[in-house]
Amino acid sequence: MTLSAPSFRRAAAVALTEDEVARIRNDFPILEQRINGHPLNYLDSGATSQNPISVMEAEQEYYEQRNAAVHRGAHTLAFAATEVFEGARATVAAFIGAQPDELVWTSNATEGVNLVAYSISNASLGLGGPDAARFRIGAGDEIVVTEMEHHANLIPWQQLALRTGATLRFIPVMDDGTLDLAAAATIVGPRTRLLAFTHASNVVGTINPVAELVELAHRFDALVMLDACQTVPHLPVDVAALDVDFAVFSGHKMLGPTGIGALFGKAELLAGLPPFLTGGSMITTVDMEHAEFLAPPQRFEAGTQRISQAIALAAAVDYLTETGMDRIALREAELGQRLVAGLAEIPGVRVLGPAAGIDRIGLAAFDVAGVHAHDVGQFLDEAGIAVRVGHHCAQPLHRRLGITASTRASTYLYTTTDEVDQFLAAMHEVAPFFGVKP
Amino acid sequence: MSSSELQQLYQQIILDHAKYRHGASAEPFGVFDADGAPGLRLAESHQVNTTCGDEITVRVGVRAGSGTAADAAVTDAAGPAPVIEQFVWRGDGCSISMASASVLADTMTGLTVPEAEALVTTFRDLLRSRGTIEPDEEVLGDAAAFAGVSKYPARVKCAMLPWVAFEAALMQVAAASAAAVTPLA
Repeated sequence: MTLSAPSFRRAAAVALTEDEVARIRNDFPILEQRINGHPLNYLDSGATSQNPISVMEAEQEYYEQRNAAVHRGAHTLAFAATEVFEGARATVAAFIGAQPDELVWTSNATEGVNLVAYSISNASLGLGGPDAARFRIGAGDEIVVTEMEHHANLIPWQQLALRTGATLRFIPVMDDGTLDLAAAATIVGPRTRLLAFTHASNVVGTINPVAELVELAHRFDALVMLDACQTVPHLPVDVAALDVDFAVFSGHKMLGPTGIGALFGKAELLAGLPPFLTGGSMITTVDMEHAEFLAPPQRFEAGTQRISQAIALAAAVDYLTETGMDRIALREAELGQRLVAGLAEIPGVRVLGPAAGIDRIGLAAFDVAGVHAHDVGQFLDEAGIAVRVGHHCAQPLHRRLGITASTRASTYLYTTTDEVDQFLAAMHEVAPFFGVKP
Repeated sequence: MSSSELQQLYQQIILDHAKYRHGASAEPFGVFDADGAPGLRLAESHQVNTTCGDEITVRVGVRAGSGTAADAAVTDAAGPAPVIEQFVWRGDGCSISMASASVLADTMTGLTVPEAEALVTTFRDLLRSRGTIEPDEEVLGDAAAFAGVSKYPARVKCAMLPWVAFEAALMQVAAASAAAVTPLA
């Protein structure tokens, strides 16, 4: 089974209903707020999501009842803390189809990408010995990314190329916001050592054909890094089925707290990868000149870990699992289509990426002719509507689309149809307010 | 959804300046040439608002008060102050930043450097006032319309962007002039 086409379409599930969404909203106290005299209409979950009570309680419960150092100490509390911490790892790993020892805690997705990039760097310097030989890169080797990447999955590879002498290449984006797969087939080749791409674009909402790209990379024994920040929170994702080598995602985009994310790595790859951060908690024996390292995932978790955040992230995963990822995905697909169809009707508004009717995640970024994104965002904020404006950490993609900034509305499981409609109604008033005739 | 608050931010005068952009170069700027205009001390500053990607390039030409470029930034009372003779800019950004650049071009052209520096300070104080300073239209002209921005702290950077670029360009003029007039020891 592969998940390159949005697999939620094949599931026998039905989308979350409006009544269920209304009940879900009761679990999110922040949604009761009023902003500028209006009920908060939070359409910025693509940037960061809100937290249900159960997530906040999990963190509080940990501090009230179990707080202790994990993986050290011989007292009851330390055991209890270690148990819930490792339990959280198992929960989050299972959520993405991974084994617990394939899941490394990080601060966020950005750190996960950097961890792999710096570990490859270290391997390229000869660290890690023969086991790390397959990660060594240098002049003549190529790292391939795409033109739609978030800066988090671009700049660490630019820097790795600069450190190692490898060449960075990219798969271009077409006018419709999809990857140029014909070009990809000529760019990825025998020199390619790593292909890094996003599962779904945080700007244009495109869901990339993972199976096709993985097959292409693996044909040349290149490693695959998948940025799953916009999919793990919103779609059922199975990294084993996708056959990616590495994947990263961030907790705060999936109902969890900030400061926690994870890196998935195939067990056999993590086993050979030298560490990035080093220090306490990741070693076996140490003398003044030398250290032996623990097996993954601990090898990559130097220093005291984000215990409470990991536990809270597991609570977020429980919440998503109980709600049903397939049902969330279907619901958001509906909202994404409603956004795109509604925006396309507004004179002067150009939706970026796939047109209405084509699969996308539950977000839409757009350009308003004659009105800068920052002004659009300000106008919407006055009505209590929270959207993202700017380049969304994807400057090359915006440049490719001929703009410097855009406005993005992004939904989640707590977004109501009324909120989408209220946003669309407000959007109709933007050009008139700014005196722009489309 | 007409809101008086929002209309205070986006006053008509701001929307007009954002649209018509006085002093904006229609053509992309070529490579900056500090010696491009005889008799003028030229400087350029490029500023970016990293929050939203707004950017602006400001080019100023300052003529020395005594008629020579060499002491363009000499501002002591001994002689006539240097004058801002040229102000052109090119940018891309929100209506607040673009209108601010347009107003800046109108305001600064023809002022002496000390007058311009004082006005930058007045404008900055106004924007940082969170609505507590009543602008003096006699002093600020169209720039007084940005008083509403001071109630939106997130937008203060937008309005300040061209002014920061202008200030940086003036500092370059001063530095270049100082270097040029340093007496031989």
